[in-house]
Amino acid sequence: MSAQAARKKDLELVLDRPKSLKDVPWHFCPGCHHGVIHRLVAEQIDNFGLREKCVAAASVGCSVFLYDYLDIDVLESPHGRALAVATGIKRALPDRFVFTYQGDGDLAAIGTAESIHAANRGENLTVIFVNNAVYGMTGGQMAPTTLEGQVTTTSPYGRQAEGMGLPIRMAEVMATLEGTGFVARVAVDSIKNLKKARAAMKRAFEYQLKGWGFAFVEVLASCPTNWKMTPEAANARVGGEMAAYFPLGIYKDKHAPKAD
Amino acid sequence: MAKRVMVKGNEAVAMGAIAAGCRFYFGYPITPQNEIPEYMSAELPKLGGTFIQAESEVASINMVLGAAATGARVMTSSSSPGISLKQEGMSYLCGSEIPAVIVNMSRSGPGLGGIHPSQGDYFQATRGGGHGDYRTLVLAPSTAQENYDLTMLAFDLADKYRNPVMVLGDALLGQIKEPVELKPYRKKPPAKPWALTGCAGRPSQLLKSLYLADGLLTEHNWKLFKKYQKMRQEVRHELYRADDAEVILVAFGSVARILRTSVDILRDKGRKVGLLRPITVYPFPDEAVRAAAQAAGRLMVLELNTGQMVEDVRLAVEGRARVDFFGCPPGTIPTPEDLAREVEKLWRKGGGR
Repeated sequence: MSAQAARKKDLELVLDRPKSLKDVPWHFCPGCHHGVIHRLVAEQIDNFGLREKCVAAASVGCSVFLYDYLDIDVLESPHGRALAVATGIKRALPDRFVFTYQGDGDLAAIGTAESIHAANRGENLTVIFVNNAVYGMTGGQMAPTTLEGQVTTTSPYGRQAEGMGLPIRMAEVMATLEGTGFVARVAVDSIKNLKKARAAMKRAFEYQLKGWGFAFVEVLASCPTNWKMTPEAANARVGGEMAAYFPLGIYKDKHAPKAD
Repeated sequence: MAKRVMVKGNEAVAMGAIAAGCRFYFGYPITPQNEIPEYMSAELPKLGGTFIQAESEVASINMVLGAAATGARVMTSSSSPGISLKQEGMSYLCGSEIPAVIVNMSRSGPGLGGIHPSQGDYFQATRGGGHGDYRTLVLAPSTAQENYDLTMLAFDLADKYRNPVMVLGDALLGQIKEPVELKPYRKKPPAKPWALTGCAGRPSQLLKSLYLADGLLTEHNWKLFKKYQKMRQEVRHELYRADDAEVILVAFGSVARILRTSVDILRDKGRKVGLLRPITVYPFPDEAVRAAAQAAGRLMVLELNTGQMVEDVRLAVEGRARVDFFGCPPGTIPTPEDLAREVEKLWRKGGGR
């Protein structure tokens, strides 16, 4: 046995690329969390064997390129309308798994009406909401989730409560609606938080598969390029400043096992 | 023989859609088209279909986008201000080549305007209406029967061209009540291999309108253009008492049905007048209009607006005949006698050959 073959035999593969994730290089900026979140979504598609039973509604922003990475059927939606589009898909194909992957400008500004009403109708959908507190693709403008004092290209003096309002907490808003079943806010800045994010994604997928209705996972994410930070500093901000304003946790789990 | 019923024009649209296999309707209330969502909300659940009253016209056209992308026959309807809101989604339907039927029972504008019949949305309907270089096929009924027939046809044409098709009526055509023969639909809708259904047993696929790489969007726009050119074969029009006419009136939709009686009134007075009614307003019946201009030497265009289709008529005629215009902006509905009088006034001004 050659040394190489012996080494190969000894090495056990413990983590591989999910099958529903295409083997292509990411276009995302260094330190961006979209790639990590894409992977978490792909893991659950594999986990539940959904690759061939799945239709996603892609949104507008950096998130639109979902279809370049996930090997599933995808429909591109106009800005903010992903949850109306997903409603149409799911009503026509109730036995397929349908999810949206949306950014903060998309879901919490231009698409607020579509998001709130899909949730309020209790559509049996899964929503991955990526909150990075900025408009990424358009070059770093203020988002509805931009933190107080945060400098963006359209809040050059920092976001002020007066006249701009304070950042909107979507997980909390969604949890108040009777139509939602599962609502969580997670982050992907540390191994500890990644594990919680993976568990929340799994639960959000389960909700739809069991017909339990609207499941919403807000993911706090970094945007080093538009925050004008190094990847390390941006990552630290997610777990620090962002998580302080947007508390992590499970906000609602209607079917949580009851403690005896 | 097919069953005959006495129904409102809006109900005839809904009945035509259901007959053609439409099982998904997404809408939002607006006068004067409410009988369509009301009918759908009552009938679709009985057929295992889906009715959703959306939170807005914007949401409803995007629900159409989602359901139609799965290959289902899908419809929405609205009236002018609501159609403006739907234009975003219609642009995406065109860009992503997803078929759907959109009904505009148009009312008066601009702004909130009113709920009177109006043909003020002609430009919006025939020029695309939303952003980008696109077209939708536009069918213009003039009776409740045609509301039924042309809605059925709209589904076939939408599937044939993978493009949204608009049925352009107005308050008069939505609210009028008249007999409708419920002709059965016998066609088999085409297979839709492009539909998104989950990628079981095939590679994953995508419906989109974003093309960023160099040259791709140019190619996509030319491809769409060729499709719009091909749609020209769907052009339809109707002639009434036009054979020996010295003046041919050109009108579509509700005003055309009023003008039929005006033609009869004028013929009784010995005026040799006929009527050409475009049934498709996009594609516009250029050749028929040109032929009418050559035969009669003089055309008169009558519309319930201040002059929109008249531009298409003049483009078709290419200066070969005199084209007069009489406009009735919304607020009052002209009678056949009113219009006959206006035609005589224009006639007395002379011109033609």
